[in-house]
Amino acid sequence: MRLPIAAAIVLLLWGLAVSPALYAQRQGGAAPSSAVPSARDSAPIDLTGYWVSYVTENWRYRMVTPPKGEYRRIPVTPAALPLINGWDPAADERAGNQCKSYGAGNIMSVPGRLRITWQDAETLRIDTDAGTQTRLLRFREASAGQASARATAPGARTWQGESSAGWERAGPAGGGSLRVVTANLRAGYLRKNGVPYSEQATVLEHFDLASLPDNAQLLLVTTTVEDPVYLRAPYIVSPHFKKEPDGSKWDPTPCSSTW
Amino acid sequence: MLINLVARRAALGLLMVALGAGTASAQVDLTGSWAPIGTEDVQNDSVPVDYLGLALTDEGRTRALAYDESQKSMIERQCQGWGASYLVLGPFGLRVSSEVDAVTKRMVSYTIGPWEDWNGMTIWLDGRAHPSEHALHTQAGFTTGRWDGNALAAQTTHMQAGFIRKTGVPLSDQATLDWRFFRHGDVLTILLVARDPVYLAEPEIISKSFRLSQTPLDYRDPCVTGFEAKEPGDSVPHFPPDKNPFADEFVKLFNLPLEAVMGYRETLYPEYRKTIKDTYVQPAPCVNSCGQAGNFVRR
Repeated sequence: MRLPIAAAIVLLLWGLAVSPALYAQRQGGAAPSSAVPSARDSAPIDLTGYWVSYVTENWRYRMVTPPKGEYRRIPVTPAALPLINGWDPAADERAGNQCKSYGAGNIMSVPGRLRITWQDAETLRIDTDAGTQTRLLRFREASAGQASARATAPGARTWQGESSAGWERAGPAGGGSLRVVTANLRAGYLRKNGVPYSEQATVLEHFDLASLPDNAQLLLVTTTVEDPVYLRAPYIVSPHFKKEPDGSKWDPTPCSSTW
Repeated sequence: MLINLVARRAALGLLMVALGAGTASAQVDLTGSWAPIGTEDVQNDSVPVDYLGLALTDEGRTRALAYDESQKSMIERQCQGWGASYLVLGPFGLRVSSEVDAVTKRMVSYTIGPWEDWNGMTIWLDGRAHPSEHALHTQAGFTTGRWDGNALAAQTTHMQAGFIRKTGVPLSDQATLDWRFFRHGDVLTILLVARDPVYLAEPEIISKSFRLSQTPLDYRDPCVTGFEAKEPGDSVPHFPPDKNPFADEFVKLFNLPLEAVMGYRETLYPEYRKTIKDTYVQPAPCVNSCGQAGNFVRR
């Protein structure tokens, strides 16, 4: 009688000892072998496909260009005010900066469609038809050389910056979120009318899915922009998207500083 | 014998720990005080007629245009409050508590505490079914929830007819509300999907974030009625829908397209921008209260 109980204890202890290691592997943590599944293979949620903005919030700030000088609901610092009041879209166009409101600090709020695909096993790619931007969300460097090359590349700041991605798993029951941190940005706008963020801004995003009773699927992107120069508090918005069956409505349009 | 007993209890304890860990890891703790973050305009109640971001049926638009906010001056309506959707549409923070079954240790419910003009919400997590469709409908409705991945998914039914905006945009008693509660660190984001076969041509989707507050929120002030120039028995203030004097106020303020202000469904999609690109004229530069959050037209 004692032997089965002892065996049960041993099995339980073994299970408790081993399961965290398995869970750590699923979390993308350090794994002892090369058998760690890729970010694509271990994705707890499927974000791929076509998604369309459904503009039910901040309509007046997103669907049309708001008045010059208006920055309601954005916690800007005094340092931002001269830029807000001096916004000159024609000058932006002349300087080739017509994509300033399409950077990572605002691109998910720009009305349009997303095409999300896996560029490779460790890189999720987001294309936007509005402004024809491309974001690369990197889960893990394919090689140390690639990371080094990118880190030392001259003029590395871009509208979309460098994005590090990771899965946040809900646990054994499945599901989870995509967490993305983006930095190394070119200075841009939080709104079309020139409310600025600086090169020092960072963008934290969580991508979540919601499946609804009628089989509709929604994508929610909770976005927190922090900027020590032009924001006195985090700027948090949560644009949402509806899943579309295909890319038939995909309509690439170039950046515009006025519209 | 003693060793055997200890071994049995240890095995049982380890088993409970193992099972408990599995259950708990699927859930996120939502309890606490959550302060509102005012960086998104989710209410659009700055002027009497502002249906931006809504997809209304003709019936819904007509009823909304018939609404006069003076109704809230009637003493019998001053403390009427707002329906369940006001959880995300209102300006207040959230006080979330939970109830756990004393015996099974399973979660029974989450409760989001009321405030002055909102009844609060209890989200039942114990597997109970919604009542029959003919059961009592209340302002708060009836809400059940379950865990869906990392989110708490909930649904509210059995609501009385009410409003989806404080400016009189109606919600019928056939409406349902689907919710998702996502917690990421100290930010809680709530997604609301409101469906209404009577007044909404498409679901209304709202997402709003809150930040965990170290200071407990306290909204115990009662609603107190007072005389606001309406006598008991006065007729209910309203407008003929085609004679609402505020119908074009927002249009003129910001040069907005009338169909967008009136809540036509096509105005919610990106392609709508192309149709107004050549006609929209950017308003004059802002000169007053350009950074003030919330209501920007003083009435």
